[in-house]
Amino acid sequence: MAWVNAIIQGVLTGGLYALFACGLSLMFGVMKVVNLAHGDLAVVAGYVGVGIITVTHIPVLWSFLIVVPVMAVVGYALQRTLIQSALNRGVLTTLIVTLGLSMVIENALLEFFTANSRGIGASMTLVTGSFSLGSQVELPYLLLLIFAVAVAVLLGLQWFLSGSSYGRLIRAVADDQEAAQLSGANYAHVFGIAAALALGTVALGGMAFGMYSTLDPTAGTDTILLFAFVAVVIGGLGSLWGTLLGGIVLGVAQQIGAQINISDELLAGYLVFLLVLVLRPQGLVSRRAQT
Amino acid sequence: MSVIAQPETRAAQTFRVTRSRRNVVWTGAGALIAVVALADLPYRVYSGTTSLLVQAFIVLTLASMWNLLAGYAGLVSVGQQGFVGLGAYFVLIFALHGLSPFAALPVAAIACGVAALPLWWLVSRLRSGYFAIATWVLAATLMLFIERFNSLGGGTGLPLPGFTGMSPKLLTAYTYWAGLAVTVVALLAVYLLLRSRVGLVLTAIRDDEVAARSSGARVGLARLLVFVVAGVGCGAAGAVLAISQLQVQPSADFSVSWTAEMAFATIIGGLGTIEGPIIGTVVYMVLQQTLQNFNAWYLIILGLVAIVVALFARRGLWGLVDSRLNIRLFPVGYWLRSGRTEGGGTVGSGANPV
Repeated sequence: MAWVNAIIQGVLTGGLYALFACGLSLMFGVMKVVNLAHGDLAVVAGYVGVGIITVTHIPVLWSFLIVVPVMAVVGYALQRTLIQSALNRGVLTTLIVTLGLSMVIENALLEFFTANSRGIGASMTLVTGSFSLGSQVELPYLLLLIFAVAVAVLLGLQWFLSGSSYGRLIRAVADDQEAAQLSGANYAHVFGIAAALALGTVALGGMAFGMYSTLDPTAGTDTILLFAFVAVVIGGLGSLWGTLLGGIVLGVAQQIGAQINISDELLAGYLVFLLVLVLRPQGLVSRRAQT
Repeated sequence: MSVIAQPETRAAQTFRVTRSRRNVVWTGAGALIAVVALADLPYRVYSGTTSLLVQAFIVLTLASMWNLLAGYAGLVSVGQQGFVGLGAYFVLIFALHGLSPFAALPVAAIACGVAALPLWWLVSRLRSGYFAIATWVLAATLMLFIERFNSLGGGTGLPLPGFTGMSPKLLTAYTYWAGLAVTVVALLAVYLLLRSRVGLVLTAIRDDEVAARSSGARVGLARLLVFVVAGVGCGAAGAVLAISQLQVQPSADFSVSWTAEMAFATIIGGLGTIEGPIIGTVVYMVLQQTLQNFNAWYLIILGLVAIVVALFARRGLWGLVDSRLNIRLFPVGYWLRSGRTEGGGTVGSGANPV
C-alpha cells in the first residue's frame, strides 16, 4: 500500500509541477523565449503573497486575487521592456538577460529577506489536512486542490488559445510574427499578453509551492525552474497538456525514488528525465523533435 | 603573421593577408613577460595576494571556457559548474588513492574531458534555451549522484588528503603556480583552437549558424570539440579550486554561482573575443573585492551590469576598446589589406572583425 500511496502522491504533485511548467512552455511556444528567471519570478510571487498576508491579514486564498494580477502586470511590463529588447538582439541575449535577471532576483531576495525559508498558511486545515483512504493512502486536501487548479488552468489556457479571438491572435503571432504584424497585429502587445498569462500561472505555482513546501531565495532555481523544465521536456516541448503528463511522470518518479531511499527523491526524477532525453528526446506527446 | 606577398605588378591588385592589423610580436612578448612576472610573484608578495590571484585564475579559466562555448559555439551552458565539481572530486578520488593532488590535477582535467563525451551525447539533443537548462539539470544530477557516495564524504564533502609534510609557504606557492599554469594553458589552448581550422568553423557559427551549416562547416563536430575542451578547462579550474580550498564540498563546488560568475565576467569583458574574459575577470575581481563586505551585493551588481552590457554594449568592454583603438591582442582571424589603400576587411568573419 505504501507504493500505491507513493504513486498517488506523485500524480498529485504532478499538478504542482504542471503549474510550474505551463508558463515556461507558453513563453517558449509564443515568443521562443526560454526564461531562465522563471523560477525566481515564482518565488517573488510567493514572497509578495507572504508580504500581503502578513500586512493585511487577509485569508490566504484571497491573497491569490492580488498576487496573480500583480504578477501578470509584472509579466507584461517585463516582456515589453527587458525581454522584448533582448529578443530584438537575438536568442543569446535573451538567455543572458534572463540569467542575469535570475541572479539579480535571487541575490536581492537573499539580501533583503535573508536565507530563511517561509511558508504560506502553514496552520490552515487546507494545508495540513487530508482524506484517508484505507490505512495507508492519504490524499492531502492541498495537493488535490492544486491538481484541480492545474487542470483548470490548462483547460482555461487551451480554451483561451484555441477558442477565443485573442488566443487566435497569439497563435498567429507565434506562427509568423511578421505576417501577423502585416495583418495589423501589434506583436509586442500580444507578446506582453502572453507573458502576463505565463506569469499569472507562475504566480499560482509560486504560491502553491509556498503552501505545499517552504519558499527560500534559492528555491526558484534549485527547484522550480529545474522541475518546470524537466516536466516540459518529459511531456514534450510546446505541448500544454504535455506539461501535466511530464509533471506527473516527474512526481511519480520522485515519490518512488523516495520510497526506495529518502535521499534519492531528486535523483530519481532527474534520472527519468535523462532516460526520456535518451529514448524519446521529442518528449512523450510532442509532434516535433528538437526546437 | 603569415604574409602572402603578391607580385607587385599592379598596385590595385596587391593584397597582403595578415593575422592582424598590427604587428603582434609585441603582444606575444608582453604576454610572456607578464607570465614570467606573475610566476615570480610568490617570491615577492604575501600569501594573501597570491590566494586572491588564484581566485582570479579560476574565474579567468572558467570565463575563457564559457566564452568558447557561448561566444563562439553558440552553446549557452548554465551547467559548467558540473565540470567544476567533477574536477574537484576527481582530484579527491585520485588523492584518496595516494596520488599527490598536484599530480592529480592534469589527470582530473582529462577525466573531465572524457566525462564530457557522454554528457554531450545527452544534452546535444536540445537547442539554445533548453540546452541551457538541460546542462543545469545535468550538473544537479551529477551533484546528487556524487553525494550518494559516503566514501567521498556524502553531502558534506571531505578534506583533501596528500598535503601532509608540506610547509604552508610551499603549499601556497605550488597552488599559485598550479593556478597560473592552468590559466596560461587554457588561454593558449583557446587561442590555438581559434586559429585552427576548427576556429574558422567556430567563428562562422558565431556570426551565422545557418550560413555556416549551408557552407558545409561541420558544426556538430566543432561543438562537440568545444564542449570537451570546456569540460577539460572547467575541470582543471575545479581541481585548482579543490587544492586551494584544501577540501571538496558538493554544494559549493557544484554551485550554479560558478556559471553566473564565468558568464557575467565573459559578457562584461566581451563575448566572442579572447581578450573579453581577461578584462571581465579584472572587473569581476574588483567588484568582488570592493563589495565583499556587502554579501550578495556584488552578484546583484554583476548581474545588472551584465544585463546592461548584453543589451547596450553587445561586444562588452573589450568591444569598446577595440572599436576605438582598433587593436587585437590575440589575433585569430585574417585581415586583408590591399597594397594601395590601407583600408581592408576581414575574411570569413561577416560584420564583426574576427
